[in-house]
Amino acid sequence: MKGLRKYLDRVKPNFEKGGKLHAFRSVFDGMETFLFTPNTTSTSGTHIHDNFDSKRLMIIVVLALMPCLLMGMYNAGYQNALGSGVSMSIWEMMLYGFMAVLPRIVVTYVVGLGIEFVVAQWRGEEIQEGFLVTGILIPLICPIETPLWMIAIATAFSVIFVKEVFGGTGYNIFNVALVARAFLFFAYPAQMSGDKVFIPSNPILGVGGTVNYADGVSGATPLGQIATHTDGGLTLHNIVGDPLTLWDAFIGLIPGSFGETSFLAIMIGAVILLATGVASWRIMLSVFAGGLLMGWIANSFATLTYPATFLTPVEQVLYGGFAFAAVFMATDPVTAARTTPGKYIYGFLIGVIAVLIRTYNNGYPEGAMLAVLLMNAFSPLIDYCVVEANISRRRNRQRV
Amino acid sequence: MRKRLSLKRGLDLKIAGFVEQGTKVVEVKPQFVAVVPDDYPGFVPKTEVREGDEVKLGTALLRDKNDENVKIVSPVEGVVESIVRGSRRKIERVVIAVAEKSVYEAEFASDASSAEAIKDTLQRSGLWAMMRRRPYDIVPAASDVPRDIFVTALDTAPLAVMPQVESMDKAALAYGVKILSKLTAGNVYVSVPEESGCEIEGAVMVDVRGPHPAGNAGIQVANIAPVNKGEVVWTLDIVTLERIGKLFGNNILDMSATIAVTGSEVANPSLVNTVVGADMNSILGNRLKEDSEHKRIIAGNVLTGAHSSMDGYIRYPYRQITIIPEGDNADEFMGWASMSLNKMSVYRSFPGKFLRRLFNPDARINGGRRAMIMSGEYDKVLPMDILPEYLFKAIIAGDIDRMEQLGIYEIAPEDVALCEFVDPSKLELQKLVRNGLDLLRREEA
Repeated sequence: MKGLRKYLDRVKPNFEKGGKLHAFRSVFDGMETFLFTPNTTSTSGTHIHDNFDSKRLMIIVVLALMPCLLMGMYNAGYQNALGSGVSMSIWEMMLYGFMAVLPRIVVTYVVGLGIEFVVAQWRGEEIQEGFLVTGILIPLICPIETPLWMIAIATAFSVIFVKEVFGGTGYNIFNVALVARAFLFFAYPAQMSGDKVFIPSNPILGVGGTVNYADGVSGATPLGQIATHTDGGLTLHNIVGDPLTLWDAFIGLIPGSFGETSFLAIMIGAVILLATGVASWRIMLSVFAGGLLMGWIANSFATLTYPATFLTPVEQVLYGGFAFAAVFMATDPVTAARTTPGKYIYGFLIGVIAVLIRTYNNGYPEGAMLAVLLMNAFSPLIDYCVVEANISRRRNRQRV
Repeated sequence: MRKRLSLKRGLDLKIAGFVEQGTKVVEVKPQFVAVVPDDYPGFVPKTEVREGDEVKLGTALLRDKNDENVKIVSPVEGVVESIVRGSRRKIERVVIAVAEKSVYEAEFASDASSAEAIKDTLQRSGLWAMMRRRPYDIVPAASDVPRDIFVTALDTAPLAVMPQVESMDKAALAYGVKILSKLTAGNVYVSVPEESGCEIEGAVMVDVRGPHPAGNAGIQVANIAPVNKGEVVWTLDIVTLERIGKLFGNNILDMSATIAVTGSEVANPSLVNTVVGADMNSILGNRLKEDSEHKRIIAGNVLTGAHSSMDGYIRYPYRQITIIPEGDNADEFMGWASMSLNKMSVYRSFPGKFLRRLFNPDARINGGRRAMIMSGEYDKVLPMDILPEYLFKAIIAGDIDRMEQLGIYEIAPEDVALCEFVDPSKLELQKLVRNGLDLLRREEA
């Protein structure tokens, strides 16, 4: 490590003001602080600081996303093998999934971090690590067949118009990754929904096979199948027409966006986030509470007009992006409610609205994304009410 | 009357270098002492002496431009060595070379015949400037009529030593309370550690229990009788109360101070009997550990103390010196991924959080300055009915109405020191609060 440190010290002057590589100062800065903890000591206020910083915060979230990523890779291979009839070992499935998702991760990071570096350079600020998380979230919440150029455009749109124009990490109103997903959803509806985008259909570098969609079966997600269902007696099925069980949904071997199919993997992530205290258990818990409650209400008044009402509360939570949104999206501290009572309200309403959209709006099979974005917009209002309560308590104290 | 105050939120930092019970108290006679006007916010200094003047204990060195009667006095007998000025001729400190024969108490005439006379004596003696008022956490104004007066007899700051109320002059303490109660229509509260059970005549005793910042006057005020807009309370520590009692009871001005010399870079942490404003060189002499570590000398505790050096002086409230490693020569590879057992943290992603051990933190910031990202972390270490994050944001925005509404009058920089310690975004919150208070004070003037 000494050698690396020496090398960095040697090249550093090139990146400082007047150096020939000054245009890349933010890049160098980012790399240097990533590799070596800065030696800056405190100049005012407290002389000691906790070891926790935003780099560690972001890295823990990335770590918590790893089970979802791995499970997503496996599921991508599994779905391809199932659809194409090619027999693959577990490792081949993983390899297939890896090759399927790698370009998407690379594209998101290159586009997103590229913009971050340029903005940091332009503003003369330190590069911020918020995009480390966003960059992995975006591939995880998109269907695997999303074209790369779409991911690039959505990422660029989201990073520029949702984050940077507001001032960068910590200032955004909406969840950056979710807006990228929403952008894709509304800008390219044809490519982003339906029954073919959730299953990788072509071999990659000789691994996997070509999926042939037989008559009457589709690769639609469980929620997609339900939304288009019009008569009674629905059985969910997978790409070759076999029925899907709750167990499949729990493990994650169902069609869906890349990283959000496996309830199990999401729960491992949740445990990491809660054990390290990085995410708010208040928000997570209340999202599930809201979802289960609304699922129960809808299921109690199940009607054929709204086929999704036939799902039990547990199915509501297991299918689609609900659990992923509850664990990774709703708990984004920047866009969530920031006061303690506010967190309960915010989380609960996300759960309720997500299921509400699913069940009573036939146009959208999935509501978790929209619910989180909607509540992102309302979280300042929730906090405002909590803050006003504190203020009026103080004012009343004076009157007594 | 007795009250009980039990606080849950807060944090006792586990830092190495505390003074063990029963360690011998060392007597140190300093060569120099200094008074530093920066220690007295709200006090605008004008010099009363010139370099080379001979001064006695109790001779005024500085007067307040706003109120000429408020003085800061020399704590020793000696000669004015230098008056150090900074940019724009701001007085940074007045240094006195201590006379050979100097002792730390001297006769000082007092007059307790009326509230006005008491105020006058306090102001002339320099003890006035050792009190603080809320709002603004500044030296009290002459026109103040405090609603209540709060005396703290406990110090919960990291490595601090609790004042030994039991060994103090009980008569002087009671007399001090009697004097102070002539200045307020309300109560004189004295907060003590819960287990002490100590009683001072005339005061409302408050048994305090809980982690730091439970010992801060501001936290006690907020939880006993919070400051509303338009109200004023005074705060002081038990040592100042004893000085006031001696001044009015025995006509003696006592400027001695017991300092805890603490921290992991001190060879033998111990208590030192010396005088207000004593120089570091005399106190620290050969007490530092002899290792290659760069050392940070703090006049005060690690949270609120002033950055000092061997050429520095002990600073208000004259209780503690802490010496920790500076840490500027460390080269840590990928520190954000560290699972080291040596890292102090309140966050559960560090194994150190779960260890019952003492840590040896250095002065590094351990991260870069960011916008506020995580929420709810400040609340865990600020036991007041205040929403710190929103108050800080109001100060950043310079929104005066909002600051008032969110309770800036109740808070002092020291109260948010722990928020600053735990902050993953590494914001300078104490500085921020001070700036907010200054802004409000300017608006009011």
